Amino acid sequence: MKIAIQTADFDVSAELAALRAAHRDIGAIVSFVGTVREANAGSAILHMELEHYPGMTEKSLVYIVQKAEKRWEINDVVVIHRIGVLPVCAQIVLVAVASKHRGTAFEACEFIMDYLKTEAPFWKKEVGEHGAQWVDARSTDLSALDKWE
Amino acid sequence: MTAGFTIQLRFFASVREQLGCSEQTVTLPPEVVTVGQVRQWLIGRGGVWAVTLAQGRNLRAAYQQEMCDESVEIADGHEVAFFPPVTGG
Repeated sequence: MKIAIQTADFDVSAELAALRAAHRDIGAIVSFVGTVREANAGSAILHMELEHYPGMTEKSLVYIVQKAEKRWEINDVVVIHRIGVLPVCAQIVLVAVASKHRGTAFEACEFIMDYLKTEAPFWKKEVGEHGAQWVDARSTDLSALDKWE
Repeated sequence: MTAGFTIQLRFFASVREQLGCSEQTVTLPPEVVTVGQVRQWLIGRGGVWAVTLAQGRNLRAAYQQEMCDESVEIADGHEVAFFPPVTGG
């Protein structure tokens, strides 16, 4: 398991190559990358600012990955989440899951993202031409958890 | 009068901005023993505290860096945080 919270960008290809090199018995890697959209609710965004709760964030991500490991036979997981100022089109988050077969990796990757969105202490602020505002939590993110109950 | 627990308070995102405060060490009155009572005690300071932490607002709390209900009981030297619902990813 690799959990990282960082201001620096990440290289998806290098992360996936490291997973392949470390596990000869995997047959699938599913990865998800979240990015900064140019607009939200119709107003243009210049960049985003991401804040987190140092200490709790890491613990929370480890706990979410462990929950996935209990549910599926997965070989390894990488979660990288960026913080700080992120311009439009920037990568925000990477979740990559390696397993023997693809079905498990697809499901576990979605599970980890769904819980990250609702439980990991990160907050986004959108900075646009007309000022800055904190992003509101979406009820659809919470209801996405229903399918894992 | 006996003093209660001394705890570390932490605030994040819009709550931190509105309070103009990211952390604070406080000594509570002895009757304040749950996370919810800490929130209520902070509301009792009035002003920006009452507005930001108002009961109608949808806030989350963490105790010892784990999400918690407001019924959770606290202990001396521990950490309590208040923040809006998370929006990462």
